Amino acid sequence: MILARVAGNVVATRKDPRLEGQKLLIVRPVSPDGKDEANYLIAVDVVGAGSKELVLVVSGSSARMAEGCKDKPVDAAIVGIVDSVHLEKKK
Amino acid sequence: MLIGKVIGETVATHKHPSHVGRKAMLVQPLNLDGTNRGDAVIALDSADAGVGDKVLLVIEGFSAMTSVGRPNSPIDAAILGVIDEVHLDV
Amino acid sequence: MYLGRVTGCVWSTAKDANLSAHKLLIVQPLNTALEPNGRQIVCTDAVGVGIGETIYYCRGKESSFPFLPVEVPTDTTIVAVVDSVRVE
Repeated sequence: MILARVAGNVVATRKDPRLEGQKLLIVRPVSPDGKDEANYLIAVDVVGAGSKELVLVVSGSSARMAEGCKDKPVDAAIVGIVDSVHLEKKK
Repeated sequence: MLIGKVIGETVATHKHPSHVGRKAMLVQPLNLDGTNRGDAVIALDSADAGVGDKVLLVIEGFSAMTSVGRPNSPIDAAILGVIDEVHLDV
Repeated sequence: MYLGRVTGCVWSTAKDANLSAHKLLIVQPLNTALEPNGRQIVCTDAVGVGIGETIYYCRGKESSFPFLPVEVPTDTTIVAVVDSVRVE
């Protein structure tokens, strides 16, 4: 799983029927110390994440274990909203 | 999933049976600013996309093969949808 | 899937038993202008192609699916011979 920040969303009317009703959000990976990366991916949101929130994204076939994603063509899912991250202090 | 742009089409008569009857589109994955993200891939089309369309691209086996209705096939990329709009938070 | 051109083949006697019946081909990946792109790879073949042909190949676990129920340990398989490519 990776940390990511919600950066936008995608609208597609004509799509795989199994994606109907799913919220597709654009997320940018974030390093644990809070730096946003330039990269992005489109993930299905199953927790109701909002704009700019820090979220937990699961990718690969494990994304289909997320609620409501079973047997759907999903390779990335937002499975949590992050409240805080604690890192061991660098010596 | 990624955003991609359909840049072309391939014609292949002799191909694996699981690919027969599906368009094999050349799709260039894009960054959010519209620049190219790596090399173009061949994706089977499940959304009736055309050249020039902005599409929802998946480069992952299960999603790709089930979207074109061909499970257990050698398919690693597919077009899942045609994108109408992309909203980016400033 | 990715475009490539078959540039050669590999012979191997001592190989995984599930690979033994398979032809191993060397493929040069191509870009959309059909120019060489990146280093050459070794692919199994699910359609029957010849040296010099332009093809497209599949990557990842899906590469082994044409050979089911035998679980062939391959990560790149040729799945089509390309007749032409039209780029916008």
